[in-house]
Amino acid sequence: MTQYLLSVHSVEGEGRDPMTEEEMQQFMQRVGVLEEEMKSAGAWLFGGALHESDTATVVRMSGSEVLTTDGPFAESKEHLGGFYIIEAEDLDAALAWASKTTAAVSKPIEVRPFRHVSEA
Amino acid sequence: MREVDVAPKLDGAEVGRIFREESGRSVAALIRVFGDTDVAEDAVQEAFAVALRKWPGDGLPPNPGGWITTTARNRAIDRLRRESRGRELHSEGAVLSSGNDDPGMPEEVGPVEDDRLRLIFTCCHPALSTEAQVALTLRLLGGLSTEEVARSFLVAEAAMAQRLARAKRKIRAARIPYRVPEDHELPNRLRPVLAVVYLVYNAGLASPTEPGLCSEAIRLARILATLMPDEPEVAGLLALLLLTESRRASRTPPDGSIVLLGEQDRRRWDRALIEEGQAIVRRCLRRNQPGAYQLQAAINAVHADAATMEETDWPQIVALYDQLLAVAPTPVVALNRAIAIGEVQGAAAAMALVDDLDLDNYHPFHATRADLLRRLARNSEATAAYERAAALAPTDAEREFLRLGGRGSR
Repeated sequence: MTQYLLSVHSVEGEGRDPMTEEEMQQFMQRVGVLEEEMKSAGAWLFGGALHESDTATVVRMSGSEVLTTDGPFAESKEHLGGFYIIEAEDLDAALAWASKTTAAVSKPIEVRPFRHVSEA
Repeated sequence: MREVDVAPKLDGAEVGRIFREESGRSVAALIRVFGDTDVAEDAVQEAFAVALRKWPGDGLPPNPGGWITTTARNRAIDRLRRESRGRELHSEGAVLSSGNDDPGMPEEVGPVEDDRLRLIFTCCHPALSTEAQVALTLRLLGGLSTEEVARSFLVAEAAMAQRLARAKRKIRAARIPYRVPEDHELPNRLRPVLAVVYLVYNAGLASPTEPGLCSEAIRLARILATLMPDEPEVAGLLALLLLTESRRASRTPPDGSIVLLGEQDRRRWDRALIEEGQAIVRRCLRRNQPGAYQLQAAINAVHADAATMEETDWPQIVALYDQLLAVAPTPVVALNRAIAIGEVQGAAAAMALVDDLDLDNYHPFHATRADLLRRLARNSEATAAYERAAALAPTDAEREFLRLGGRGSR
């Protein structure tokens, strides 16, 4: 079995229209059904949606000091919006989950394999 | 070929030819056994070195393909033992999962099962870019060297090696499966496979220095047609390639120029290829599950029936383009349909259709307009269209041809 990251990214400045109450409910329901399916199939490991990228804090080494700055990585225009970590037999199985996820959240999904410890 | 010779003399080139013919099957079998493309490739390469040493002296073994697979497998086992990677491979499980994988020590290579079908579906997996699909297919299944693949696509060898390495790394890391897709997946998964073979053929057609790609594509299409006899579009692709190939020598003479369909010496068309292609088209018609490749093959079959351009059954060709446009509604198909309509209803009717198309960066669009404009005696517009076409043409031969005002066309 291989572990895969299924992630949703949002592009800075490409804000979407806020969902109406009803849309939000439908969205939550679709996602709930999907997560239930992942769990009962044994594919689910972890996942969740993230707050907006402006809630992020970056911590980095500056010499021997730890420097803390407000905001997401300044270098990237794309920010992680949410993700699932799943376990699947092969890429085809992972892509099948990704297809269900993109249908549920109406956004493109990036699929990436995790390194095995032995591959490091 | 040389069955009368008692002891056929083999030189290095002949060994290379036989090897290339057989290596795809061996690589495919060894990937299943060892679960790793690099192990399989290296082992078959080693077997090639042994064959180069032994065959010229000992003569060709009775079953060269079996010899290569067995020799390569033994080399791989030796090497894995030496590097004590056997246990490692075992503990990680087969890197490429084949569904019924038993990743233990290599099993006997099955004599009946053909693994090439798995291999081509892995090489042409939709998670790989088209460039990667083409490179992997030619390298692993076609047995071309990295240098040959690089030369075919005018890419530096180092860049091609990198492209192949990246693709193989992705197959391994993302665990792209090594199996033939299920029936319900087949429509989506077959499409890139057929597209890769067609692309290889067209790359050969576009570069007269690499005609080997044309025969390579036909060889791949034949393999597919043998392995998937029930897929009408596979048969359609093979027929299309055979019929196109029957005219290649007349279309692109050795001087590198281009001869249009109407100007070709039809006596030089290859009748054996035409007959084979037309027989497949007839079987497709009986099966009556038309698709884009079958329809293009049928169009080519109609051309092949006509002794001259004028005797062509153009209404039949228009009818086939109508069907093709229904299954593949692209502007390029619409352009070709318009050309056929021009032969039935005249240049003005074709012009009306062509002017509606959005193909401004496609040089055949301007070449077609130029030809129609000239037939309509709109000469200065025709000249401008030829110039536009020449500016966009990808090869010197085509540019030259168009600068001469499509010399040859009416």
